[in-house]
Amino acid sequence: MKIVKSTLVSAVTVAALGLSAQASAGTTLDAVVKKGFVQCGVSDGLPGFSYTDARGNFLGIDVDVCRGVAAALFGDASKVRFTPLTAKERFTALQSGEVDILSRNTTWTSSRDAGMGLNFTGVTYYDGQGFLVSKKLGVTSAKQLDGAAVCIQAGTTTELNLSDYFRANGMKYTPITYDKSDETVKALEAGRCDVLTSDQSQLYAQRIKLADPEAYIVLPEVISKEPLGPVVRQGDDEWFNIVRWTLFALVNAEELGITSANVENLARSSQNPDVRRMLGAEGEYGKDLRLPRDWAVKLVKQVGNYGEMFERNVGMGSELKIQRGLNALWNAGGLQYAPPIR
Amino acid sequence: MQNPASGPSVRGSMMTDPKVRAWAFQLIAIAAVLAAGWYLFHNTQSNLAQRGITSGFAFLNNSAGFGILQSLIDYTESDTYGRVFVVGLLNTLLVSVLGIAIATVIGFVIGVARLSPNWLISRLAAVYIEIFRNIPPLLQIFFWYFAVLRAMPPPRQSHELGETVFLNIRGLYLPSPGAGEGLWPFLIALAVALVASVVLVRWARARQEASGQRFPVSLGVIALLVVLPGIAAAVAGNPFVWTVPELTGFNFRGGWVVIPELVALTLALSIYTAAFIAEIVRSGIQSVSHGQTEAARSLGLRPGHTLRLVIIPQAMRVIIPPLTSQYLNLVKNSSLAAAIGYPDLVSVFAGTVLNQTGQAIETIAITMSVYLAISLSISLLMNWYNKRIALVER
Repeated sequence: MKIVKSTLVSAVTVAALGLSAQASAGTTLDAVVKKGFVQCGVSDGLPGFSYTDARGNFLGIDVDVCRGVAAALFGDASKVRFTPLTAKERFTALQSGEVDILSRNTTWTSSRDAGMGLNFTGVTYYDGQGFLVSKKLGVTSAKQLDGAAVCIQAGTTTELNLSDYFRANGMKYTPITYDKSDETVKALEAGRCDVLTSDQSQLYAQRIKLADPEAYIVLPEVISKEPLGPVVRQGDDEWFNIVRWTLFALVNAEELGITSANVENLARSSQNPDVRRMLGAEGEYGKDLRLPRDWAVKLVKQVGNYGEMFERNVGMGSELKIQRGLNALWNAGGLQYAPPIR
Repeated sequence: MQNPASGPSVRGSMMTDPKVRAWAFQLIAIAAVLAAGWYLFHNTQSNLAQRGITSGFAFLNNSAGFGILQSLIDYTESDTYGRVFVVGLLNTLLVSVLGIAIATVIGFVIGVARLSPNWLISRLAAVYIEIFRNIPPLLQIFFWYFAVLRAMPPPRQSHELGETVFLNIRGLYLPSPGAGEGLWPFLIALAVALVASVVLVRWARARQEASGQRFPVSLGVIALLVVLPGIAAAVAGNPFVWTVPELTGFNFRGGWVVIPELVALTLALSIYTAAFIAEIVRSGIQSVSHGQTEAARSLGLRPGHTLRLVIIPQAMRVIIPPLTSQYLNLVKNSSLAAAIGYPDLVSVFAGTVLNQTGQAIETIAITMSVYLAISLSISLLMNWYNKRIALVER
């Protein structure tokens, strides 16, 4: 049914771009406020990033970004609706206006940023591409993969990095491409391919979906830079600013030691000027963003700071148990750094 | 004075003249269609420009950078999106041609079997038709791909035939021929045999028309095609050098591989479409009056000949038009390939290329025009054939 859907998405894009009157900048925010919720494009099922639990609730880091935007904007993190999208459908869905934010482990590249009418608002997760193989093959390094059949998800940067890596190392491979990441996992398990390649975070997530996760290992090589982040339509700066500063606020909150547990206390009693500015006790910094004065309080109260989000979804508090690594704060040896709110 | 078209009220008569009015309305209609088309085009252009989305067809010259599982022409990752388009198109055509050929054969056999006086055969054909035409083609593709072909063994435990043909979950591995020392003599002998066969067929027909005597043409043709190239090969040496697939590392290398995606798609589409073709063939045969059969019998034709020489040619006139629709359906259904990762035009071009470049409008427009072109070509071909076999009235 997904083909039908992706064709539909494309057809809708064509129709939307053809029929809609000239879209003017700044309409996304007005439209979102008017309809009363944020429409958020997420993945079609990736533990830790965006997936549904047994009761149909969406969970994950990508999901939390959208909840955060809703919390900042409406003061209510539940005012968001999710559209699961395959890798192939995602950009057309955003371009056509079907979703307001695309928060779907999407890699920031120049061609996507400049050529597709999209803007990346920041980096929620610094990732890199790796390989998942069966232990039975006895492979310990990606350099031993010459001649392997490799399962990949179609329409991703993964597909391009894979070909670059094998070409650069003078090796051959057979690409086996599927639209959904679930299908790639099933194909690996069935033996249609020898290796599954994807962003490392996804590999950990996909590994726990296997019947016997212990029989598979993630190879040590990381063959690419994959900064993943939320995407919005280009030319709508107001909306872009809101999504971008929601991310920055999450990181700043962690840096300033603001957590979902203490945020309300700090908002009343903190003497730290950085904290006071961010939480609206001093100045009117939400106003420039067209957000309520206490937007950051609602944001951190309802989704936590960046560190809480990370640990809850992909870190030690989750099944994935991924180390912070590159995603630690800049003052803890990582890359997560946010400009100040002032 | 009597003629209302002349006289003082020329204007009124122009408006009431049905010819003038018809022209006026047609012109207005054309103008409206053109205006709407221009509006759509212009609006799309300005919206794309305003949203900063690259448009135009220049992307076809950019290098693709991703691999494709199956390509009938040479393809490497550094080739262009334009070449990816050709690869996808050829893969679509491959599955369409295979599907149409197999569906036609199965369809005719089942259609004729459906009318067999043998109770068992006709019931089996009926069961086939009712089962396969009533299950959605996507499910049939999934059945063949996930239930049947996924159950094949891994490469190291392949089913094998004489250490030359291997079957496993990665596909069917066959030896591939290369040019051997006796290739040219073999090809020349084959060409001679073909020409001789044509001559033989013509001669046999002329003889039958003149004398009424029949000649076993098919036996003769087979003999020619086997014996002549056979002698050439025996004299000049082996015409082909076979590359046998070999298990090295992870997979078999060398030889030809038929990927399971292609097999699943072809099987599902041809079996599905064959059920419809069978019904079309049955209705075509039943449309031929029983008197024709009786007349043929009374002339002393055997049942096989009656079917081949009297019934089928007349039935074809009824069969061809709906058969064309089935061929078109098969080609269009081949786009379901994307569901199992067969690299057809929709999967590779309208999917991956669209996603890598973000140029939805261009890729979808190209893909739609390609399907339109393929379908119209099939229609033209079938219409031409239909005219050729149509009843010539005297």
